Amino acid sequence: MADQEKKFSRRDFLKTSGVAAGGIVGGAMFGGVVGSLYSSQDDTQTAEPGTETEGETASSDGEPLDDARTYFSRREDFETLAAATERIYPEDDNGPGAIELGAPYFIDRQCNEFWGRNAREYMMGPFDYTASATHGYQAKITRAEMLLNGVRRMRELSLEDHDDEFYNLDEDTQISILEDFESGDVDVPGAAPGDFFNLLRSMTIQGVYADPVYGGNRDYGGWRMIQFPGPRMGWTNEIESEEFQEIEPEGLRTYQGGGM
Amino acid sequence: MAEELDRVDVVVVGTGWAGGVVSAELAKAGKNVVALEKGEEKVRSDYIGVKDELRFDNRYDIMQNLKGDTVTSRNEIDETALPIRSPQTMQIGIDTGGASVHWAGATYRYWPYEFEMRSQTIERYGEDKIPEDMNLQDWGITYEEMEPYYEQWEYMAGIGGEQDPLAPERNRPWPNPPMKETPSLRLFKDAATNLGLHPYQLAAGNMTENYENPDGEQLNACMYCSYCTRHGCDFDAKSDPIATVIKTANRHDNFELRHKANVRRVLYDEDENMATGVLYVDENTGLEYEQPADVVVLAAFAFANNRLLMLSGIGEQYDPETREGTLGRNFNGQYNHAFHGATGYFENEKFNLYMGAGALGATLSDYAADNFDHTDLDFLGGGAIELRQYGYAAITSSGNLPEGTPSWGREYKDTSLKYAYRTLTIWYTANAMSYWHNYVDLDPTYTDEYGDPLLRVTYKFGDNERNIGEFGIERCTEIMEEMGADIVEPGTMPEEFNHVYTGGHYTGGVVMGDDPETSVVNSYLQMWDVDNLFVVGGSAFPQHGGHHPTPTIGALAYRAAEGILMYMDEEEGQLVQANRKSNLI
Ligand SMILES: Cc1cc2nc3c(=O)[nH]c(=O)nc-3n(C[C@H](O)[C@H](O)[C@H](O)COP(=O)(O)OP(=O)(O)OC[C@H]3O[C@@H](n4cnc5c(N)ncnc54)[C@H](O)[C@@H]3O)c2cc1C
Repeated sequence: MADQEKKFSRRDFLKTSGVAAGGIVGGAMFGGVVGSLYSSQDDTQTAEPGTETEGETASSDGEPLDDARTYFSRREDFETLAAATERIYPEDDNGPGAIELGAPYFIDRQCNEFWGRNAREYMMGPFDYTASATHGYQAKITRAEMLLNGVRRMRELSLEDHDDEFYNLDEDTQISILEDFESGDVDVPGAAPGDFFNLLRSMTIQGVYADPVYGGNRDYGGWRMIQFPGPRMGWTNEIESEEFQEIEPEGLRTYQGGGM
Repeated sequence: MAEELDRVDVVVVGTGWAGGVVSAELAKAGKNVVALEKGEEKVRSDYIGVKDELRFDNRYDIMQNLKGDTVTSRNEIDETALPIRSPQTMQIGIDTGGASVHWAGATYRYWPYEFEMRSQTIERYGEDKIPEDMNLQDWGITYEEMEPYYEQWEYMAGIGGEQDPLAPERNRPWPNPPMKETPSLRLFKDAATNLGLHPYQLAAGNMTENYENPDGEQLNACMYCSYCTRHGCDFDAKSDPIATVIKTANRHDNFELRHKANVRRVLYDEDENMATGVLYVDENTGLEYEQPADVVVLAAFAFANNRLLMLSGIGEQYDPETREGTLGRNFNGQYNHAFHGATGYFENEKFNLYMGAGALGATLSDYAADNFDHTDLDFLGGGAIELRQYGYAAITSSGNLPEGTPSWGREYKDTSLKYAYRTLTIWYTANAMSYWHNYVDLDPTYTDEYGDPLLRVTYKFGDNERNIGEFGIERCTEIMEEMGADIVEPGTMPEEFNHVYTGGHYTGGVVMGDDPETSVVNSYLQMWDVDNLFVVGGSAFPQHGGHHPTPTIGALAYRAAEGILMYMDEEEGQLVQANRKSNLI
């Protein structure tokens, strides 16, 4: 019985449930929000989704199986987040941008982790996030909540001022909205001025450059651009060198030897 | 109801350099020692295969989880303090070896002047040179007296270095040779030499050769992997308590280390003026224990050393209104006034900055201590000017941006990729003074998970901090210009202390001295009036020297261990005659 259920694949589900005919398969529901964003942007980005992904981890659409939201429930929230990360770290002649590098999924996962849940923060009251600009994190809400509140505010403003979702606006408009969050001109419930933007910015950059084990820095794309080779036993033989050493990146998986 | 355990000779709270040195020395001397460590057990293999920037440099995996307790902070004595909530701005050591595992290994001795800063300042410049609001004090010990303890710590830790041309001649050379020289260090040294300064290779807690220390512990030569500061070493190649003193103590059956043992009180007999043991919670089970001991040693870092005394009602709390009391007085440390300097951006050079080691660096002492004339300067003391090559991973390197560059978007991306390995920073490791208005006490509002008040820090800059900071920026800028950077950016001095506690150089509050009116412990770190209580660590610094603090903490720990043995075996009572300057009694 259980075996049979396993064999009953997602494709079968689509067929039998009749959803496939509905035309949303390639879009929001299963195709991956990020995938759909490619097509809404520059055509050259339509990418070769998943060409590098290993067999068992790739889904039928070629995207990695772990490219799924587990924190951001509303599709529109996540699309907004993704579009914002791309403005922070855009694709250019140097190479891929935040979306292609997986930063939006990195952030979604971090939101469910101790970092997003503020599990290592002192979270006892009283709280007053307005009391001081120099005491670091003073919010009552968690980082994950702050991101969600901020993203909802971005959508709200986009709809109010531009009659459309943030992710449908042109680049310059998106940038000017983000600038208003950066400067603190727009407030985000529970967050001190600028805090939401700073959080969004730092999590995007981390998604670009953290070890791929966390879901970003796809195919070492971030490390290749910045020429960072990743962890090694040591650099005893290279440390005195006059020349800059360009070395193929390797991540934790390689460093640990995998094997399991 | 706490369960009472069997009595031991000595209970040591904390397992960093301070607690580790004391534990090893007393275990070697045959005492029954129990060390209590709040954090988990960590062994070398915890640090193998985990070279992960996000986890350690951005998520602070190795630092104390602040969920249960932190510190509150304010600038003015009439302000409401706020808790420092995130490890982004509060980094405290935890687990076996504490902060002494993730330290960088930069090693300096303090200068003869610094131990006698008050009397030598008066001698050279007159008493008027000391600002009225400054509690400038001698340490109650001289450099000559400290030398053998420094040497003991340096040989135990296997430090590699060369003689600083301006420092007192060492009795014995460093136990290991200096680290390798890289192009960026050479650039710094050449420029400094051109300016008539005296650069040398920074002494390092990273091993430069395979080394066996006097206790028989083996350390391996560092491989410059760069996962060093804020990380634990995977190779016993950065000296830490796990590789040395804790290992040594553990070789003795008369030593026991209990982890997840969170000490909440020193048990104290007021009538006898004696500590009788400690109360702790087993953080696995939540059960409470009383550990009776003949001698109690607090080595739980500056914050917890102060707080445990206050929670236990031992010592007289300092009150800034009356200026009376000694506990919590002279709280100091290197905060955001130190480590400013200059940053240079190079168009034509590209350095291998992703390689490195915590203490790989070049430094100079021309502007340290009183090595330069202060007659016409508006501050006391000094510091080293350093260039370090820690080895930076990608997230950190992406932050190298000349001023005026946006921090996101197209220009950011392009510029950050360009300068990732073309940016060098030098900084001044300035002294930090103590003032009547800076102190620690218990917070009236915020508590830990057990309902005990948090420690409250009240701290603001004095003029010395601002002036010495500006001086350092000017000197560093001169050197960076001579280094030939295409863009030279002088650092900017912040206006005020910003409640960021990330450098681990927080000190004072349980300060040493020769006068019980202005100090809490004597020069063996034995508490005045409580003969069997020793408080070991940077908490003893009357003011912060112009260098990284740890070797001085290690040296003082050796002296404390010697004192504890003297106290136990020879002359119960105070080990030092108090030298009261006031005739109040
Ligand atoms: C990133 C970083 C880099 C540094 N680099 C350098 C450097 O290059 N050079 C230098 O000189 N210094 C450096 N330092 C400073 C150095 O780490 C400290 O000075 C040194 O580790 C202090 O040693 P300690 O034994 O006093 O405290 P710790 O090593 O922190 O040990 C204290 C121990 O006490 C335990 N403890 C606390 N409270 C309790 C309790 N209630 N019950 C039981 N146990 C408790 C803690 O868990 C901890 O294990 C650095 C600090 C940081 C943060």
